[in-house]
Amino acid sequence: MKTFKIGGIHPEENKLAKEQSVEIFPIPKQVTVFLTQHLGAPSVPQVQKGDKVKVGQLIGKAEAFICANVHSPVSGTVAKIEPVADFLGYKKDAVVIDVEGDEWAEGIDTSSELKKDITLTKQEIIDRMKACGIVGLGGACFPTHVKYMVPPDKQVDYLLINAAECEPYITVDYRMMLERADEVMVGIEAMLIASGAPVAMIGVEANKPDAIAHLTKVAANYKNIQVVELKTKYPQGAEKQLIKALTGRSVPNGKLPIEVGCIVNNIATAFAIYEAVQKNKPIIETFTTVSGKSLKNLKNYRVRIGTCINDILNAVGVPEDTGKIISGGPMMGKAISNLNAFTVKGMSSLLLMTEKESKRGEVYECLRCGKCVHACPMGLEPYMLHAFTDLQRYEDCEKYGIMNCIECGSCSFGCPSNRPILDMIRVGKNKTGAMIRARK
Amino acid sequence: MDKLLQVSGSPHVHGDDSVKKIMWSVVIALLPALAVSVYYFGLPVLILTLVSIATCMLTEYLIQRFMLKGKVSITDGSAVITGLLLAFNVPSNLPVWILMIGAFVAIAIAKMPFGGLGKNPFNPALVGRVFLLISFPVQMTTWPEAKPIWNLGADVITGPTPLGILKEGVKNGQAVNDLMSEMPSYVDMLLGQMGGSFGEVSAIAILIGAIFLLIRKVITWEIPVSFLLTAFLFSGIFYLVDPTTYVNPCFHLVTGGMMLGACFMATDMVTSPTSRGGMLIFGAGCGLLTIIIRLFGAYPEGVSFSILIMNALVPLINKGFKPKTYAK
Repeated sequence: MKTFKIGGIHPEENKLAKEQSVEIFPIPKQVTVFLTQHLGAPSVPQVQKGDKVKVGQLIGKAEAFICANVHSPVSGTVAKIEPVADFLGYKKDAVVIDVEGDEWAEGIDTSSELKKDITLTKQEIIDRMKACGIVGLGGACFPTHVKYMVPPDKQVDYLLINAAECEPYITVDYRMMLERADEVMVGIEAMLIASGAPVAMIGVEANKPDAIAHLTKVAANYKNIQVVELKTKYPQGAEKQLIKALTGRSVPNGKLPIEVGCIVNNIATAFAIYEAVQKNKPIIETFTTVSGKSLKNLKNYRVRIGTCINDILNAVGVPEDTGKIISGGPMMGKAISNLNAFTVKGMSSLLLMTEKESKRGEVYECLRCGKCVHACPMGLEPYMLHAFTDLQRYEDCEKYGIMNCIECGSCSFGCPSNRPILDMIRVGKNKTGAMIRARK
Repeated sequence: MDKLLQVSGSPHVHGDDSVKKIMWSVVIALLPALAVSVYYFGLPVLILTLVSIATCMLTEYLIQRFMLKGKVSITDGSAVITGLLLAFNVPSNLPVWILMIGAFVAIAIAKMPFGGLGKNPFNPALVGRVFLLISFPVQMTTWPEAKPIWNLGADVITGPTPLGILKEGVKNGQAVNDLMSEMPSYVDMLLGQMGGSFGEVSAIAILIGAIFLLIRKVITWEIPVSFLLTAFLFSGIFYLVDPTTYVNPCFHLVTGGMMLGACFMATDMVTSPTSRGGMLIFGAGCGLLTIIIRLFGAYPEGVSFSILIMNALVPLINKGFKPKTYAK
């Protein structure tokens, strides 16, 4: 079975919500839509206080190169445009809309009918990605159209669809594979046209056998799409590791996947591209797993962007012993410090950790046991990077490849001494990066 | 939600590995060897083991409590392991006070001055053992004969270890084949019925412990395998060239501290390399040096010295043998 070659760990899978079909979360009374929903520059507001908006109407325009359009997820009246704290507490410009009804902008096909035939050309598809504000829904939210603007001296050999879902707990991609496989395949067809790649490979971890079986059945009608079973190992879904697993190629340090002829997109992105290309529908919703060991009411929600996180938590009922709430998976997700914040594109999970799980164990001295070295999927020496950062020896951090760290957390996960290895590496990366930039 | 939540960097989950789990796994893994020692050498084994552990823990406690005035960490299990391994490396008739000196040296000289657990460059138990070997050469090389526990009479007979017989005999120009008639059978040597430091005699009991540690992922296969394989191949070359002067390589594997050293001493994570390549080199170096000392050195046995020498090279090995990286 295919997998990446070095490192990796096996966290408890805890796919607790895998049996829950996707439910539509009710439209709230008010939404708050951040103008930055993506990696890159903020989008520029296209509405003013008092304006009437419809669902899918452009409210934030991408003007910078790395930026994505933002659309209204609801119909109603713009109440205000002001800085609002996001779930990490950082203030960002946001459009607040009072909801009135659910009236969609013209030109958006809201029917649920499967539309198979793609009429758009390569350039039209890329333009549509940009127009509909498509970003990478695997977590990084990188504007997707930028990935498809392939430099003239490069060509795409493989389109890789990331359906590994290697993060514990999260089950939205799994539900997507079971419930939306037809749409996903059409989305991938559109991505094949846009990228010029001859073949697409969907990588799924072996712990989802029914998803693999279903996808394989549906993919049989598409001669350029293959479903590939991958060994269950974290971080199988990290971009570089997925490329290695599926193609055997290694992305050189500091380079992008296109360097080795690959474009990687998440399976949720493929669905968003289907809706954009075939239905002209921008991203106005996010698929979000709500899960946790003490949570009784496990959910896979399809929720409008700009919905208050607290509303979702109240709907499922937060267990008494909740100690930490995470946006994203337990390995790479971020702990939420502001529950009065709002859903954004790519918020794939709200994870409720128990108080016991939330506390870190007692920290001991490093035993130099080498478990972090063996776990690192990039082949780094995390305990050394920790030590160098501690000593503020950033030249050594650079020499030991700190900038190649993908922050997957495998080192901290397995450390018997409970050392905050990744915390320190993040500090070290920050300082080392600043040092490298200052040289130029 | 009106209660305060935790906020911290990812990852938010942790594996089930802990320092305590590692240390107590090693202690459990040493129990089969201890049981065999009690079977062959009787009550003194238990007394020496307990005294050694107690002295190590007490020394660590006193230093942490009164000299460093810091946190006392004797419950992490590392001092227990040092005590156990040191005791395993002495003859069962060693006077208790000598062993206490060794335990003191292991903790007070080889471990705590460097910063305690995780910081010591040399295996503390081996430092203690070698200190005793050099300071008390007679007491440290007087070996009681191994006899099943119900045959232990009032008269404790002492005699040389198989490696001692070999060294002495070869020095006197005897052929290896003649010497083998004085040795215990291979079955006895595997089970542990031979003279030697009491914890090292039974290759089988030690292997059972090592397999337990491999399953628990406390140790990896690289160091024991490369240690034993190198020793086997290197001594095998000499055996093939001249079987009258050099002994069968299998003999080297089951005698002396070879098994205990390869499975429990060289694999000490604090004092061994971190990358898999480094571990292979480290193990090979240990195996090579052990055979060189056994064949050409003044001592009949070289496991302790070879591991300590390789301990000293670990920082260099870590620099020279980096893990394989994802890309250039």
